[in-house]
Amino acid sequence: MAEKNKKKSTLQILKFSDSESSLFGRQYLLLTGILIVVLIVYALRLWHLQILHGAKYRYQSENNRIRLEDIPAPRGIIFDRNGVPLVENRPAYHLQLIREDVADLDETVRKLAHLCERDPQEFHDILAANRHHPRFMPVRLLADLDRDTLARVEAHRVRLPGVVLQLEPKREYLWNGVAAHLIGYLSEITEQELRSPEFEGYYPGEDIGRYGVERAYQRYLHGRRGGRQVEVDALGRRMRLLEEVLPIPGRNIWLTIDIELQKAAEAALEGETGSIVAMDPRDGAILALASSPTFDQEKFIRGFTREEWRALSNDPGRPLLNRAIGAAYPPGSVYKPFLVLAGLSEGVIALDTKFNCPGFYFFANRRYRCWRDQGHGNLDAESSLIQSCNVFYYQTGMRLGVDRIAHYSKLFGMGSPTGIALHGEHPGLIPTAEWKRRATGVPWQRGETLSVSIGQGFNLTTPLQMALSYSALANGGKIWQPYVVRRIEGGGTGEADEMRGRLKRQVHIDPRHLNIVRSGLRGVVHEQRGTAHRAVQDKSLDIAGKTGTALVVRLPDNVNRKVHAREAKRRERDHAWFVGYAPSDDPQITVCAMVEHGGHGSSAAAPLVAQVISAHLKGVVQEENP
Amino acid sequence: MIDRRLVENFDWGLFWVLMGIIGVGLLSVYSALYLQIQDNPRSNLFVKQLVWLSVGLAVLFGTLLLDYHRLKTISLWSYLLLIFLLVLVLIVGREVNGAKRWLQLGGFQFQPSEFMKVVIVMKLAAYFGSQDVPAYPDLKKLLPALGILFIPVVLILAGPDLGTAMVVLAVGMTVIIFMGVRWRYIVTAALAIIPTLYPLWEYVLKPYQKSRIMILFSPELDPLGAGYHIRQSKIAIGSGMAWGKGFLNGTQNNLRFLPEKHTDFIFSVWAEEWGFVGCVFLLLLFGLLVYLGLRVARRSRDRFGALLVVGMTSLIFWQALINIGMVLGLLPVVGITLPFVSYGGSSIITLCFAIGIIQNVSMRRYTFHTQRG
Repeated sequence: MAEKNKKKSTLQILKFSDSESSLFGRQYLLLTGILIVVLIVYALRLWHLQILHGAKYRYQSENNRIRLEDIPAPRGIIFDRNGVPLVENRPAYHLQLIREDVADLDETVRKLAHLCERDPQEFHDILAANRHHPRFMPVRLLADLDRDTLARVEAHRVRLPGVVLQLEPKREYLWNGVAAHLIGYLSEITEQELRSPEFEGYYPGEDIGRYGVERAYQRYLHGRRGGRQVEVDALGRRMRLLEEVLPIPGRNIWLTIDIELQKAAEAALEGETGSIVAMDPRDGAILALASSPTFDQEKFIRGFTREEWRALSNDPGRPLLNRAIGAAYPPGSVYKPFLVLAGLSEGVIALDTKFNCPGFYFFANRRYRCWRDQGHGNLDAESSLIQSCNVFYYQTGMRLGVDRIAHYSKLFGMGSPTGIALHGEHPGLIPTAEWKRRATGVPWQRGETLSVSIGQGFNLTTPLQMALSYSALANGGKIWQPYVVRRIEGGGTGEADEMRGRLKRQVHIDPRHLNIVRSGLRGVVHEQRGTAHRAVQDKSLDIAGKTGTALVVRLPDNVNRKVHAREAKRRERDHAWFVGYAPSDDPQITVCAMVEHGGHGSSAAAPLVAQVISAHLKGVVQEENP
Repeated sequence: MIDRRLVENFDWGLFWVLMGIIGVGLLSVYSALYLQIQDNPRSNLFVKQLVWLSVGLAVLFGTLLLDYHRLKTISLWSYLLLIFLLVLVLIVGREVNGAKRWLQLGGFQFQPSEFMKVVIVMKLAAYFGSQDVPAYPDLKKLLPALGILFIPVVLILAGPDLGTAMVVLAVGMTVIIFMGVRWRYIVTAALAIIPTLYPLWEYVLKPYQKSRIMILFSPELDPLGAGYHIRQSKIAIGSGMAWGKGFLNGTQNNLRFLPEKHTDFIFSVWAEEWGFVGCVFLLLLFGLLVYLGLRVARRSRDRFGALLVVGMTSLIFWQALINIGMVLGLLPVVGITLPFVSYGGSSIITLCFAIGIIQNVSMRRYTFHTQRG
């Protein structure tokens, strides 16, 4: 030892200075000291846990078990604009098995299968799939028991240790199928979604919104799950509550729609394929949003069989498509008011400009027809709207050119998403020369401007876009962002947040030009020669609007249209439009009806709009004079 | 390169203590994964752990071949590479439990922050090991060292990986303080930092960040998460009593609740089955390992070697201290593994490398003398 020290001191001179070696010596002592203190503290702690309280913990580990139980948070309720509940929650019971508590697994499964009238193999398969989950964790054997099964299981549960009935609030659609596209539906969160940051804090087995408001407002409707730590005995019975975290319920949502008006709209669409949008032109609130055919929302809660799901997703009527926002059609003649405004604003036509309609427009050796073979004679802008004369618009459109037409259409909100908070909005399409060159590689043909001028050709608009742009005609050029939720209330804070319409832009148009268009639209319904004069019987509603008939199949020039329309197969019939607002001098509602293959706009679509407006305005009158 | 003299100075005591700890680890991991092993005897995490340990021991002995003085030059490059990888992790890393730690390199997952634990020791030892830094360095010499330390700490913290950042910080500070830091620096730093804590807490941190920190220090605030784990962990440890329940009898099945029982909470498994006696035995093994490590440092002939060994030893010390303290409910619940006991490849390789360095310095403690003299 002494020899070693001597060696050390000679060597230290080589590398370490004196101050350094004394410092390092002190530091080694310090570290060793810290090490000994930590060892003693930890040993004492172990003594405390294992010797002093060891018996208590041994008892807890053998006789009692600490479990975590979920407390699901109820999802927010959805009301209509007047507080009528549309979607609520009902209690659902799931059958669960905690394997750790089961005495005889085969026997228990056999009994359970008998009580639930299922094949035992079904339950064994589920258990096999959950083999790797810890044995104390419940495995769900059967979701949402019906009342009889629930009663049977409940009666036998005492003799079946490990069987647990889990209570979970489930969605209940009080008006199943009504406003289904707007409200939407839920389904269980997937493994992949659980891993994404968007769904942090979600648990397996929870339902999330997949469509409509249920999806778009998921983060408000979804509350936060709570839970409790409980002590259970060897049979899994709850002995003592240790800790509890209460769930935070989801927030309630008040929609802008009126359920009565919604039902009126859906009744009007009954049996047709199409959609109706009703909007308040004063702030962009959606009063009704109907799409037909509709679907069974409850089915998404109860679950589909494979065949049912295939049938639904392959249905040629595409019931899951929200036609009001997710489908776009050529607007046909409902496009015409915007051409008038473009022509007047650009100065290519004046207030007193008249064009003669001989029943066709001659361009490039071809006759472009008006819908009235014998022609309309001399017409100004206003009467061209009333009678929906095509030739007037061929003339105006050729003077404007495609790009100027597109400019005004886009100003009024066509050809781009409206920004409504729902998913799956179709942007529509308003063609320009530049667009066509990029999309097809072929330059714009002048003849195509003729089709565009009457809302045909490449033009595509959604019913929501048309309701929005007609609202701008009704309210003096205000383009609103349409909205469907007017209030979000409750939840953890209990506060209510009121939503208001957002003005996207003000289109500046000469009031004289707008007046021409508005009086033309009023004439469509109220003038003897108006295209919707006969279709809208109740003149007291004071509706102003425009019919539209969008060609589905282009007919050769030599075919008699009337004969064709009568004999055409349903799939080849024209799409029918009507967009209108009322009362015409102080508009409170804009309604757009679109009936796929409905035939003529005046006969197929205008009566539907009249029904909805009547339901709304008469309702208002009733409120004022109780 | 390996002559007889080198082999003679291999620290066999240290090696056998390490083997003892690894033995404890294998018993615990086997027990923790027992159900899984029965399910699938050929391919399970226990088999993987055996593979990792073989790789770790290969790394340990591989490290011995190279004279540790070479590490001075390597340290800079490995440090820069890891900093680059840490930044890369922040940008493209893979998320595990909400934290970005892993990098996917051609099917092989790689956790740069784990390797930073040893590289920070190498880099700081190399910095202080040069002749122009004296003991009790002045501010001009101290600040670069702090820079070397805090860049990776901040990057790891941004992960966010609080546990690893804490270990890197503790290890780095051990090396820095070992060189001697004047009291006035310590006092000044404390005076500068403490007043900023309140505004940082009050105005900078978001509510959810605050609640996470609060939960670290009092897990009972999160009864469905950390609080639940700690309660289960305490029951498991306490129920072991004096002699334990015996190997594989620790089916206080509650322990199977712990989601990270074979990694972070492995000590509870050992404590349940081997009791107070087994726990004190494991504590003594760790104490002995650290003590023997410090002995190697004390015997080393140059400052670089001494600092290397002190750093590597402190890495094992701090990790064991934080992990066991967490499981015993004395320290915050952060994700730190128990050295050589917990399951995990990156951790085993890093720590075997650390032991390799310690042995390396031990073996070459006389070579100087012969080379220079």
